[in-house]
Amino acid sequence: MAQVFAYITHKGGAADDSALELAAAAKKLGADAVTAVVTGTGGELDAVCKDMAASYKEVWKIDNAAMAYPNAEVVRKALVNVLPGDCLLLLPHDTFGIDLGPGLSIKMNSAYVSDVVAIDGLEGATLKVVRQEFGGAASTHMTVDTGAGAVVTLRPGSFAADESKSAGGQVVDKSGDAGDLTAKRKYLETVAAEVGDVDITKSDVLVSVGRGIEDQDNLQIVFDLAEAMKADVSCSRPIVDAKWLEKSRQVGTSGLTVKPKVYMAMGISGAFQHVGGIKGNPFIIAINKNPKAPIFQVADVGIEANILEFIPELTEKIKSL
Amino acid sequence: MEILVCVKRVPDTAENEISVSSAGNDIERGDLVYSVNEWDNYAVEEAIQIVDRVGGNVTVVAVGDDESEEILRREMAMGANDGLLLKDGAFDGSDGKGTASILKAAVGKGKYDLILTGAQAEAGAAQVGGMLAAMLDYPYASLVNKVEVIDDKKLKVGREIEGGNQEINEIELPCVLSIQTGINEPRYVGIRGIRKVASVEIPVMGASDLGLGADSVGAAGAKVKRVDYFVPEMGAGAEMLEGSTEEIIDKLVELLKAKGGLK
Ligand SMILES: Cc1cc2nc3c(=O)[nH]c(=O)nc-3n(C[C@H](O)[C@H](O)[C@H](O)COP(=O)(O)OP(=O)(O)OC[C@H]3O[C@@H](n4cnc5c(N)ncnc54)[C@H](O)[C@@H]3O)c2cc1C
Repeated sequence: MAQVFAYITHKGGAADDSALELAAAAKKLGADAVTAVVTGTGGELDAVCKDMAASYKEVWKIDNAAMAYPNAEVVRKALVNVLPGDCLLLLPHDTFGIDLGPGLSIKMNSAYVSDVVAIDGLEGATLKVVRQEFGGAASTHMTVDTGAGAVVTLRPGSFAADESKSAGGQVVDKSGDAGDLTAKRKYLETVAAEVGDVDITKSDVLVSVGRGIEDQDNLQIVFDLAEAMKADVSCSRPIVDAKWLEKSRQVGTSGLTVKPKVYMAMGISGAFQHVGGIKGNPFIIAINKNPKAPIFQVADVGIEANILEFIPELTEKIKSL
Repeated sequence: MEILVCVKRVPDTAENEISVSSAGNDIERGDLVYSVNEWDNYAVEEAIQIVDRVGGNVTVVAVGDDESEEILRREMAMGANDGLLLKDGAFDGSDGKGTASILKAAVGKGKYDLILTGAQAEAGAAQVGGMLAAMLDYPYASLVNKVEVIDDKKLKVGREIEGGNQEINEIELPCVLSIQTGINEPRYVGIRGIRKVASVEIPVMGASDLGLGADSVGAAGAKVKRVDYFVPEMGAGAEMLEGSTEEIIDKLVELLKAKGGLK
């Protein structure tokens, strides 16, 4: 079978959580040897490569100052030059994988399938995977013709990390093959997210509201409930996109990671980018008018209700205690 | 600046409860409300705002069927100057690469400095923009939440990365950007606006107009195929509280007390 590679994202000398998830996913392809490929420069890169050799039989290191920051346009060029054209390459479906994967598949003339949540296996050159559509409301089986290679991005958190660390692998320096890395996009700087007045990452109890609240004026009932419960208000992304609440209240992959004891999701469908921001295994209560909403799959307790009616009644009850 | 914005007509997930059809080959399409893909709408607004600042022209393009005309018109009512519909039976069943190939051919028929797509559509693949850029050999940035025109050769763009941090890049024109929601506040489109563009001619191009061979697009050219739609067997899922609202609230309050949700 074609060679399988896993692209390792890293920061400050430490590999991302996805690194060991990709190792686990690669096993589902039936590959006996998976190669990690790591780009970057200097001591941080060396540290990550050394670390990865515990989990991957072989680690391909591509060291170049042009990749000190992982600019996908630059990394793409290096990968096209270094990787065999017909390989299977696994990437995390995060903001870097989304940036790199589609264009890389074109330049390698490979098939592309993204945001994979499960791998059913590889039969001959046909890869069978599971994806989701409509924000998780429907799942699909997909087939991918990997005959000329494939780039596959995997949803973070969907594959249990392979923690065995028994690969005893070796690091192979491929820096000489990286080729011309000039690009028409230049990384300048990273601007940190704004800090808000409440720090939802420290809250024990979060009353979280989503698009189901329908109107900005209706937010008052959510704040009233939070006050009665002595909880803080957080939200899903559409509420921030609409500028109804500050970004510092957004839970999710592009917002904050929270770890409360109790999380109430109200009028939130349960997209993985939202749920990905809820950590520490809290007690999750979901209130949604749609009994099929994906949030009910991750919640401990569910209530099928119209939040516009339910929330005020709940607030009244709590106030009367 | 000549800007092309790629838009798609999709079932509106905020308006519909999506369910899998009994045959398992599609979702239930009977009563679906369709609209322009949420991300694309932000892309069109951004294009209009750029043209308001530096001048130019906005064209909206859709790969779709006759019904996609309605969303092109909606975006024209917002302020896009021109529409273009790419329609052909041969396009059916295209995978991401097929769709990008169709759009690439359309780009070749015009002259654009900047091409925008939404960051993703209903399938959550987030792929067409990046593929299109690579096919055109243009630089690309995904998940863009800020665009600043430096001059007619470069832009400064912000990309939204994990944790809501923003990665600032300089990118040469022509380029392709995929736009993230929240970058702006898309303007409201009223009935009057729609009426104004109701009779504007929207050109249609098919495979032969675009010089596309039937085997490079559509199901024939697709390496990635959807086999079925299904509802996954899940673990236990949530315990649903049943009864009258009053009973449910009583149970909920007990649970909140037990779990430390009430202080
Ligand atoms: C790169 C990227 C990053 C992202 N990052 C994040 C992130 O950090 N955080 C985040 O939240 N999202 C994020 N998203 C967006 C995410 O994919 C979803 O679009 C979003 O989470 C949906 O928010 P929602 O559940 O509030 O809205 P919807 O999906 O529209 O769901 C609304 C829900 O409310 C229910 N409802 C409607 N009316 C009522 C009512 N009256 N009573 C009860 N229920 C009602 C509906 O049944 C539905 O389930 C990201 C997307 C991308 C592409």
